[in-house]
Amino acid sequence: MSTEKTEREPLFSPKYRKLLTTPLGRENPITVQVLGICSALAVTAKLEPAFVMAISVMAVMGIGNVVIAALRNTIPPRIRIIVQLVVIAALVILVDQILKAFAYDVSKQLSVFVGLIITNCIIMGRFEAFAMANKVWPSFLDGIGNALGYGWILIVVAFFRELLGSGTIWGYAVIPSSWYIDNGGFYSNNGMMILPPMALITVGVIIWVQRKRDPELIEEN
Amino acid sequence: MFTNRYIFIYSSVMVIIVAAILSTAAMVLKPYQERNIAIAKIQGILLAADTVASADNAEALFNQIILEELVIDQDGKVTGRFSKGQLTDGNDRAFDLSLKKELYNKRQDNPYKVPLYIAETDSGKIFIIPLLGKGLWGPIYGNISLKADMSTIYGAEFGNDKETPGLGAEISGRGFALQFLGKTIFNEQGQFVSITVKKGGVGTMPADARIHGVDAISGGTITSDAVTKMLENCLENYVAYFKSQQ
Repeated sequence: MSTEKTEREPLFSPKYRKLLTTPLGRENPITVQVLGICSALAVTAKLEPAFVMAISVMAVMGIGNVVIAALRNTIPPRIRIIVQLVVIAALVILVDQILKAFAYDVSKQLSVFVGLIITNCIIMGRFEAFAMANKVWPSFLDGIGNALGYGWILIVVAFFRELLGSGTIWGYAVIPSSWYIDNGGFYSNNGMMILPPMALITVGVIIWVQRKRDPELIEEN
Repeated sequence: MFTNRYIFIYSSVMVIIVAAILSTAAMVLKPYQERNIAIAKIQGILLAADTVASADNAEALFNQIILEELVIDQDGKVTGRFSKGQLTDGNDRAFDLSLKKELYNKRQDNPYKVPLYIAETDSGKIFIIPLLGKGLWGPIYGNISLKADMSTIYGAEFGNDKETPGLGAEISGRGFALQFLGKTIFNEQGQFVSITVKKGGVGTMPADARIHGVDAISGGTITSDAVTKMLENCLENYVAYFKSQQ
């Protein structure tokens, strides 16, 4: 028997923890890598769908990264994109079917977004950039980390869009109804906030704040 | 390096495995999904009767509240009657009719049948009419109920599958549906006018037409127009029947 033992890294070593935390800030998929913008615009008019979308992306990304990392040495490079797409599509359909059977109400809200997960470039980006070259556990952490980084931006954007655009948070009215002009007040919801362009501007503001606080992100030109 | 042979085998095996997983999942989960869809249909009908049902008590409430299910043909004749768990007339049960198929028959100028549910509430008999139409991205549907005068709206409920969240999808909200209460689908001369979902608000309609209109959704004009079309297309099928009952 060999006495030599390869050192196993603990499950949450600093290196692995970093996989979880860097996508939240410095390597955020939306604000720094500018991936997944399209779905960030589409699903953030309300907080609840944004939240459900974040959870679903996390499920697909975590499992998908694990599957791809497990298969990484068998996947022929020439068809790797096709393999990645098949894995994503299969997972998304599976998630949709399970939701339809056991969480019908949630699935009704999700219907549109489930399809959007397939086209989310973050997922394929992570498969291609990370899971194809790393072991299963770090890939799993990377998937969850990126999904979190994507999710918190979505939720922040949705919070402001719903608050300013509809005067509600998670569907509950937070602006007192006596404030509204219709009821003799001074306030009116900003209808523009619920239109997609304002999501882009809100994301822009987040990027601005982030770069102000972390000047290393600013490119030289 | 991977050979072509390997690539072909790899992709074939992968596709077969994925297909097997997905079709197994679809088959195993189908009964649950169909039950959910049936319950959602019942919940929609009950919501139009102003009754909120949970997934657990929906069927029991439905049996308790709905007095009769009628099948009505294109001439307004009753061709099926189902009440208290028994088929008393004809051989169709209204609940089992596919509105999608029947509306297709209507478009093709073929004979068609539509379902009508009659329920008993505290304020008398109501008539519940299921709705189905085409939204901007996918189907929109709902149920609308009329009071015993067969014109005044007692309750309404709308749903959608693929409308834009925050815009067209807002038709599914209670706020939109509650606007319909008390509106009428026949004018004072007894002509069928349906309900118009008006962009810019009912305030822009002539004063005597406001009883037949509701406000559209901001940013959801196409879906709002689709609701108008759906209401007209579905409600007009019952005009002959209602006339025969008056």
